[in-house]
Amino acid sequence: MTNTRSSTTVNVPDYPNGSGAAAMLAAGIGSFLVALFALIADKSPAVKSLMIFYRPTGPLSGVTTCAIVAWLLVWFILDRRWSGKTVAVGRLRTAAFALLILAVLLTFPPIADLF
Amino acid sequence: MEITFRSLWTLVHGMGFGALYLMACSGALVELYRRYSPDAKAIEVADERFLGRYLIVMAVLAWLTVLTGTYIIYPWYRAVPPPGTVDLTAFPQRLLLSDPATSSWHSIGMEWKEHVAWIVPIATTMAAVIFARHGRNLRVQAELRSAVFGFVWISLLCAVIAGFFGAMINKHAPVEGDTTIHITHGAQK
Repeated sequence: MTNTRSSTTVNVPDYPNGSGAAAMLAAGIGSFLVALFALIADKSPAVKSLMIFYRPTGPLSGVTTCAIVAWLLVWFILDRRWSGKTVAVGRLRTAAFALLILAVLLTFPPIADLF
Repeated sequence: MEITFRSLWTLVHGMGFGALYLMACSGALVELYRRYSPDAKAIEVADERFLGRYLIVMAVLAWLTVLTGTYIIYPWYRAVPPPGTVDLTAFPQRLLLSDPATSSWHSIGMEWKEHVAWIVPIATTMAAVIFARHGRNLRVQAELRSAVFGFVWISLLCAVIAGFFGAMINKHAPVEGDTTIHITHGAQK
């Protein structure tokens, strides 16, 4: 049986890449902020207590909420600046990956304890 | 056969949302490679629409996993026992820390899991949005395409880390308690 519904093959259109680049870099920054806020909250008792937004969950609630809000804010700003434009993605991609890998490493407690 | 309310939520979080995400993520990587490899055929509109929705469902699963984990299960895990409590089975974090043989499951396992898991919804949302906006255009946007692949790969790695430690921690100090739900009654001997 052949499915004919919406199976039209289309050519590849050429779009500006700005909104994609904004999403990519913002995701790298957001991931890094999760690790950075967790690290700061772990090292500073004052920040740790400030990060308790929901007592049963403890500082994790503030660390993740702040990182998510900052990520969305950065994404919104970058998208406003780059949407509809073509930007050089190469260096942005390198920066996004570097931030993402740093985030994974910095959340690993033996590495976080080095600071 | 019975299960406690907390144990049921742990199952929903880990075996439901989390495991489903892991399987979906593997499938997404296969599909992305299949559709965007250099020798792939032209992408059809229906195919593109399906993969777009698939990535959105993955992002929703990732968000549900971290939100249930952080705001439903984690408070039970880190509950503080009243002074003088000897039986720590209802306080998993304290139970793990009470024995040097299991304390690293908390100090490394849970400490890593609780943060690294939050990278998953961020990376998956980014992949879903880029795909929704650029779709088949990713075939000619090699740098954006490799970013989507890379972020999905790393989200899979983070989900595996979180899933592995979640399973092992729940093995050593299960989150149990609250109302008991009777599923079936065994036959009397």
